Amino acid sequence: MAEIAKLLRPRRLGSLALQAALVAIVAGLIYAAAVNAARNLAAAQIASGFRFWNNTAGFDISQTLIPYSPSTSTFGDAFWVGLLNTLLVGSLGIVFATVLGFTIGIARLSRNWLVARLAGGYVELIRNIPLLLQILFWYNAVLKALPELSGSIALLGGALLNNRGLFLPRLQFGDDFRYVLGALMFGFIVSILLNRGARRHQDRTGRRIHIRWAVLGLIVVLPALVFFLAGSPLTFSLPKMGRFNVQGGIEILPEFAALLLALSIYTAAFIAEVVRAGLLSVVHGQTEAAQALGLRPGTILRRIIIPQAMRVIVPPLTSQYLNLIKNSSLAVAIGYPDLVQVFTGSVLFITGQAVEIVGLTMAVYLIISLFTSLLMNLYGRAVAITER
Amino acid sequence: MVMAAEKVFVRSTFAEPLPAPVTRRGVIGWLRENLFSSPLNIALTILCLAFIAWALPPLLRFFVFDAIWSGSDREVCIAAPDNPEPGACWAYIRAWLSFFTYGFYPIPQRWRVDLFFTTLAFGIGWLAWLAAPRRDLGAIYCFIVLPILSYILLSGAPVIGLIAVPTSLWGGVLVTIVVASVGMVVSLPLGILLALGRRSKIPVVKLFAVAFIEFVRGVPLITVLFMASVMLPLFVPERFAPDKLLRALIGVAMFASAYMAEVVRGGLASVPRGQYEAAQALGLSFWRMTTLVILPQALRVTLPNIVNTFIALFKDTSLVFIVGIFDFLRTIEAARVDPRWITPNTSVTGYAFAAAFYFLCCYGMSRYARNVEARLARAHRR
Repeated sequence: MAEIAKLLRPRRLGSLALQAALVAIVAGLIYAAAVNAARNLAAAQIASGFRFWNNTAGFDISQTLIPYSPSTSTFGDAFWVGLLNTLLVGSLGIVFATVLGFTIGIARLSRNWLVARLAGGYVELIRNIPLLLQILFWYNAVLKALPELSGSIALLGGALLNNRGLFLPRLQFGDDFRYVLGALMFGFIVSILLNRGARRHQDRTGRRIHIRWAVLGLIVVLPALVFFLAGSPLTFSLPKMGRFNVQGGIEILPEFAALLLALSIYTAAFIAEVVRAGLLSVVHGQTEAAQALGLRPGTILRRIIIPQAMRVIVPPLTSQYLNLIKNSSLAVAIGYPDLVQVFTGSVLFITGQAVEIVGLTMAVYLIISLFTSLLMNLYGRAVAITER
Repeated sequence: MVMAAEKVFVRSTFAEPLPAPVTRRGVIGWLRENLFSSPLNIALTILCLAFIAWALPPLLRFFVFDAIWSGSDREVCIAAPDNPEPGACWAYIRAWLSFFTYGFYPIPQRWRVDLFFTTLAFGIGWLAWLAAPRRDLGAIYCFIVLPILSYILLSGAPVIGLIAVPTSLWGGVLVTIVVASVGMVVSLPLGILLALGRRSKIPVVKLFAVAFIEFVRGVPLITVLFMASVMLPLFVPERFAPDKLLRALIGVAMFASAYMAEVVRGGLASVPRGQYEAAQALGLSFWRMTTLVILPQALRVTLPNIVNTFIALFKDTSLVFIVGIFDFLRTIEAARVDPRWITPNTSVTGYAFAAAFYFLCCYGMSRYARNVEARLARAHRR
């Protein structure tokens, strides 16, 4: 009885009525949209559902990480090609943007006035210009303005650069290269074990064993020795200029290069701000306390400042990574075959199935976002300060 | 005793403090402190100076000294014996400037666009100047009067003698400003509602708000624009299908609202619990409490973040280019390949001009945000 009386209180009633009205409105809108969509699609004679998935695509894609041919591959294959291209430019962009962003962010806090000012100028300039404009600039004004094939610029190590892209030497691994890899692996494992042993020894006795040279030997010298003993099983296939195109080597499309450059440079400016805020968040007393304990500047940075700053840096950093992946969809403006360009561009143009295609594309990005925020929450829980 | 006291020297006034050593003050001290304090610092300084010496003169030469400021076609901007290395072709910007500003808007009607810019500038000034009189009226002007007036002014009302101008003719800075200001005018109230919804105790309201915000924030703006431009027409009866610009506006407004909601939510969270409790103790209803007590405080605290969202929105307006709207960037792209002006430097000049435009707008906004922030910090310190 009490429960019912509670439910019937005027405020509860008002809230219930509001909720019911909201649900009704949203359901009504969805219903109307569905009815209209069905009618419009029927009028335009567009199919619905994902039956198109296994139809032959019939269009070519300029950069494919998995085998793809216009005559035999399906729209489904095109989807995977596009998704992989998105992930490729996204992951490389994340690496470059992180390196550049951390450098600029630390430079902004430099005690050298000139360095700090230059870094600040970089951040202000890059942050306040739309990414799309930067992508177009790198593509149309820089990379497409490079010399034609016949005037290719020869770069260090036999790479070629012209307005069709950058052609890098391709590494060709001989059979015996596996011994080198084996040696490298062995070196790493032994180094990790050594490090663990040294730390345990330090914990027990307070004395430090320096394993720097041993590690260097294990990771660099040993594999190098094996490499030469195995008869240098690594050759370069240099790109060669043909009459109409460049043969051999790895081809990096100007679209890809422009997108990667613009994304890395743009995101780095935001990452720099994140890093700066993170480092500033560690109160100065921490540095002073560490100095009072007699730690060296490098150790203070590595063991005191960075672990505390990372706690502040990582969450916004992740959202910058997500932004980078989402922003890679601007590829469509210069024709880099990412998910959006291939799927909501070519495939949508051919099939006309807007609802399915735009819906699926959005779902992919949503899944990436949700998955990342899940990881983020786990990280947040792992590094949360456990208070007494 | 007297004799002895006379021989002892006792200073009866304070000595004038000596000036700090030369190496510690003035220009030299500053240089030592900031540029040459350690070997690493010296190396960095030299590196930076070398970089500036390498980069700055060519840039200045290209954009200022060797630039061509006037002319009627590409002839003035291409390399000639008397000008072997021509710089930026600003003449081309001058030739196309009205296209960059108005797009295809009919020339005799362009005073309407100018009037729109003026009234908008007035409204923004009213709201942005924190000491302006009657800012509540300013808000009504910006969020209600101005949108209606601008709509009538720009798209026309034959009844009062304004010729109808279809949105397909709008372009350039006009479209960029329209998209940005519609985004701002819609996203602020909608964002506040969404933020309140997200904090609401009513499960369904909260569910819808969270779902909308997380969905929109999880996908790229481009896909939202695609959704608005290719899916939206499917969802309404054919005769109500919105025109292209309106579809893009809906997409941008949805996107901006979700981001604004998160910013406002941050502001709401910063209002101490006591404020809610005090308002409730006074017997205020939910809406009166929200509008009279909570929101004024929340919005004031979060004003810098709101401006930052506007900056992001302003930059993002360039994306409507991809769904075929003739915004400022699109006019640059279109004019860049004009055969009458095509030279090796045309693209760079066009992009530099666009970059300068966006930079000035965004940088101005961010300086404003920083000023407000400093002002708030002062107010808090008291």
